[in-house]
Amino acid sequence: MLKFFRSERMMAIVERDLRKFFRSPALMMAAMVFPLVQLIVLGNAFGGKIRDARLGIVDHDHGPQAVRILESLRAVESNARTFKPIVYTDEKLMVNDVRKGELNAGLVIPPQFSRDVYMRARPRIGLVLDNTDNFMTSTFENTMTELVDALNQPDVEPRVVQQIVLQVVELYPYNEYMKYLLPGSIALAMFVSVMIGGGIVYIDDKARGVHEGYLVTPITKMELVAGLNLAGALKAMGAGIVLTVIGSLIAGVGSAFQPVNLFWLILLIASTSFAFIAMMFLMMVRVNDPLVPRAMFGILNTLLYFPSGAIYPVLAFPKWLRWIAWIDPFTYAVHGFKAVLLKGVGFAAIWSDLLYLGVFAFVMFAFSTALFKRTL
Amino acid sequence: MSEAPAAVTKAIQVVNIVKRYGNFTAVDGVSFDVAEGEVFGLLGPNGAGKSTLIRMMTTLLEITSGSAFIEGFDVQKEPNKARRSIGVIPQAMTSDGDLTVWENLSIYSKLYGIPAAERERSIDELLALVDLTQWRDAPARNLSGGMRRRLEIARGLVHRPRIFFLDEPTTGLDPVSRVAVWEMITNIKQKRNLTVLITTHYMDEADRLCDRIAIVDHGKLVALDTPRALKASIPGSSVIETQFLNPPADWQQTLTKLAGVNSVQPEGAEMYRILTDDGSRTTTDLVETAVRAGVAIKSLTVQTTTLDDVFVHYTGRQLRDQLADAPLYQSPVVWGK
Repeated sequence: MLKFFRSERMMAIVERDLRKFFRSPALMMAAMVFPLVQLIVLGNAFGGKIRDARLGIVDHDHGPQAVRILESLRAVESNARTFKPIVYTDEKLMVNDVRKGELNAGLVIPPQFSRDVYMRARPRIGLVLDNTDNFMTSTFENTMTELVDALNQPDVEPRVVQQIVLQVVELYPYNEYMKYLLPGSIALAMFVSVMIGGGIVYIDDKARGVHEGYLVTPITKMELVAGLNLAGALKAMGAGIVLTVIGSLIAGVGSAFQPVNLFWLILLIASTSFAFIAMMFLMMVRVNDPLVPRAMFGILNTLLYFPSGAIYPVLAFPKWLRWIAWIDPFTYAVHGFKAVLLKGVGFAAIWSDLLYLGVFAFVMFAFSTALFKRTL
Repeated sequence: MSEAPAAVTKAIQVVNIVKRYGNFTAVDGVSFDVAEGEVFGLLGPNGAGKSTLIRMMTTLLEITSGSAFIEGFDVQKEPNKARRSIGVIPQAMTSDGDLTVWENLSIYSKLYGIPAAERERSIDELLALVDLTQWRDAPARNLSGGMRRRLEIARGLVHRPRIFFLDEPTTGLDPVSRVAVWEMITNIKQKRNLTVLITTHYMDEADRLCDRIAIVDHGKLVALDTPRALKASIPGSSVIETQFLNPPADWQQTLTKLAGVNSVQPEGAEMYRILTDDGSRTTTDLVETAVRAGVAIKSLTVQTTTLDDVFVHYTGRQLRDQLADAPLYQSPVVWGK
């Protein structure tokens, strides 16, 4: 036993924190409800496909090729239900309705369209889009492009295809958006737990004088910091495990329950918990005002969760935001959880995440121990 | 469980101790010794520096200059040895409301490294000592203020310290609970042969509990002796408190000239506090003078000198004036301030 470190004293701090935590169901709920609500609401709100959008159609041609287009649009309406075609006679009125938001898009079939098709004279149809809504715009563009591609196919396939064809190979089954969100939600649950247990409750205890009681005992700085960190990490692990189970059931991620994946998940949850609590403790080590952790909650959440790739790919970020993502422990946690939950890959894919989270936790712990004041 | 140096003559020794926060001096060159087995009181109003003094002695605050020794251990150089010798009851109720009485004591036993085999017996013994045995499994938050304070006293004793620091242990308690806590402290002190250092702003508490009292004001030690010697040290053996109806403007000077009077202290609302060597003669003279001057006496009490008078004598003002200005609840000092 090291003279300056007695695990019994450290474990007394852990015991006190855990007893307090398990007697405050509100604390446990608060740590898990927010990420679960986010998973369910965002997963359903963003994961769906556009249905029943209103597409205005002005047919100036009325020829056989225009009829082909209208039939194709009716087929989309009946099957994918992406949009409902609404026939207009006045092009100006239709464009105006798109502007006013009464239509989501408009399609114009120009005069002589059928003739141009038969004469191969660069036939065109016009798509009027409300491009203030990027998501709706890209949905209409994609759907109409597919529709036009289908119309462009020759009636009889040539024996030798001369055009380049892209054949897409999907390695994994289709992931709904909720599944994509799940890794971030697990990390977020741990972060909220750390924010409450390691931030708010820690500063509240300090302000109430609970720690004053600790400081008159022979407990060392390292024992006290290690005890508070270990207690916070265990609470965060609990939140992470519960959210992994519930979130996987809600999102339908069966791979989470395979024993090997479960092992890697627990390893990731543990290392993420230690990284988060050590970071939080370092931020709070010299804070005395109970309002500070509450005020920091929103800022930290935005600064750490959003750049992590949990809801949008890191590669789409500008350079400065990529730098935040690069040092943000959230990024490595989310990457690791995605690898295990969505791809079912193990150590080969997550070793660098585990290494970063471990080193990050150690460095944060060392700094917070050094900065911790053993006096009031 | 604690190790004491070979030759200890004083339980606590404070030498010219100073605490500064920037330009503000909270404790200004205080020195005193506390003998083994003594009950020593630090008496003073809120903000006098009592808690700062106790926090420096118990290793909670860094000392700006000077030194403090606990059983011969320098609190700055050997804080852990000092910590093993002391039990500390902070001013704020710091026991954990979510934990049971027993769990609160168990956690602290572990922090002091009490062996598991000894822990349970020791806690049961302590619970009996503070009369909380039947509440051992109750959450601390369900206890009354007095019971909670008894729990804190038990918590400070889990490691059998030889020196016990109590920072305003009865603040916020009702009179019945205060008396119960006094009796408990006296009882524990005798049973465990403790040296006790207690801070208070209650004169009756200091008078009843303490062998010696140090009066602290504005961070300075202004008087130090036994309660009896302190009372004897001020002129006058009796105090007359009297209230008049519409006295003339020079009434204080008139009262000063009464037989046997040492000093007259106006207390507002036409009330005066008169220190005298001869209570009965001064009272007779006062009544006659008032009748002659046509000033009605609303109330009049005569009593022997109290520590309140000692405080007024040494600091020039009433302790209760300070208390009236003080907030009802004083939050504990937070770290880093």
